[in-house]
Amino acid sequence: MIALLLRDLRLAVRAGGGFGLGLAFFLIVIVLVPFGVGPDKTVLEPIAPGILWVAALLSCLLSLDRIFALDFEDGSLALLATSPLPLEAASVTKAVAHWLTTGLPLTIAAPALGVLLHMKTDAYAYLTLSLALGTPALSIIGAFGAALTVGLKRGGLLLSLLVLPLYVPTLVFGAEAVRRGAEGMDATTPFVMLAGITFGAFALLPFASGAALRVNLK
Amino acid sequence: MELKVSDLTVARGGIPVLENVSFTVPAGQALVLRGANGIGKTTLLRTLAGLQPEQSGQIDCPEDESAYASHADGVKSQLTVEENLRFWADVYGNQVPDTIYEQFDLVDLRQRAAGTLSAGQKRRLGLSRLGVIGRKVLFLDEPTVSLDRFSVKLFADFLQHQHLNQGGIAVIATHIDLGLDAPEMDLEPFRAAPDAAGGSDEAFL
Repeated sequence: MIALLLRDLRLAVRAGGGFGLGLAFFLIVIVLVPFGVGPDKTVLEPIAPGILWVAALLSCLLSLDRIFALDFEDGSLALLATSPLPLEAASVTKAVAHWLTTGLPLTIAAPALGVLLHMKTDAYAYLTLSLALGTPALSIIGAFGAALTVGLKRGGLLLSLLVLPLYVPTLVFGAEAVRRGAEGMDATTPFVMLAGITFGAFALLPFASGAALRVNLK
Repeated sequence: MELKVSDLTVARGGIPVLENVSFTVPAGQALVLRGANGIGKTTLLRTLAGLQPEQSGQIDCPEDESAYASHADGVKSQLTVEENLRFWADVYGNQVPDTIYEQFDLVDLRQRAAGTLSAGQKRRLGLSRLGVIGRKVLFLDEPTVSLDRFSVKLFADFLQHQHLNQGGIAVIATHIDLGLDAPEMDLEPFRAAPDAAGGSDEAFL
């Protein structure tokens, strides 16, 4: 698993790996929003948590189809399937690698971008924590979607359609946690729900991904 | 240790392509599969390697000893030759033996990114994977595609000396003569009847 993780990280940072693509997209969306809705603090402040979360979710989506597609195309996926590493472990590893190259940079960059949206100072800690808890779920759910659509031509659109509805709970509770934090309310419940979704997804979805990959490799 | 296949029927997309294939390969032996394009050599090898289920019949293969090499090499073009091999060695919990680079004529290419290799060099890299994973039963699908005569000889030597002489087994689908002392099996007599029906839901699963 470590070998696969290191390989995926190495591939991501080498030329053409797509590392930073999600981050750049995130940055652009957040910078564009004030241009679109105007720099008015009373407008930006209440929508900041939601915008940041939606942008983070879309940036995650951007690189999902690469999780398995590249390995499928060059034949490594079939070779991995016949290796001692179970496909379930391979999908967890690939989701973790995806999170380390997309979710983690987003989590770190989000507070800096919150400034552009006039987010309340109280909310920054909540934003970081909610993204740190929620984005792993986006990666593992995304890996499941990628496993389902691997091998399909133009699978990217179908992948988005499959995965976005599954992202809704994470989005709702993530944005809610930040909103409550901004308004000085207790945010325990959304945080607990967010953590529950993430851990539940990590416990269950790798088996679904493994099964989906096996079917697609036939 | 031996590979024993009895009455195997394999299907592609729910349609049976080969029926009642039976053979036994003892340790230290190779079996060369022959047959026209589309007869089902790849399907048979994929079934043997466990990538797809058999329709009927039995495959007796030593547990956790098989490896598969397909048309595609599984080589990552952004990684160097060394990194590619080390990855596969790590996945199988092995070390990369230093001699592997000589056996496959890769010594001068060790630090080159795999993306800059020629098709034949890439193929040699893909085949050298078989030397680092330490598996005893190899299922090879057209291993010599895009190799020149010299490289075919290198690969045949590797197969004979490093694999078969160590008690390994190989089932090889190929159209050329590898120069191995191995029995050949023509798949033509096993071709499935054209009207043979598959499992109803097989195509969708």
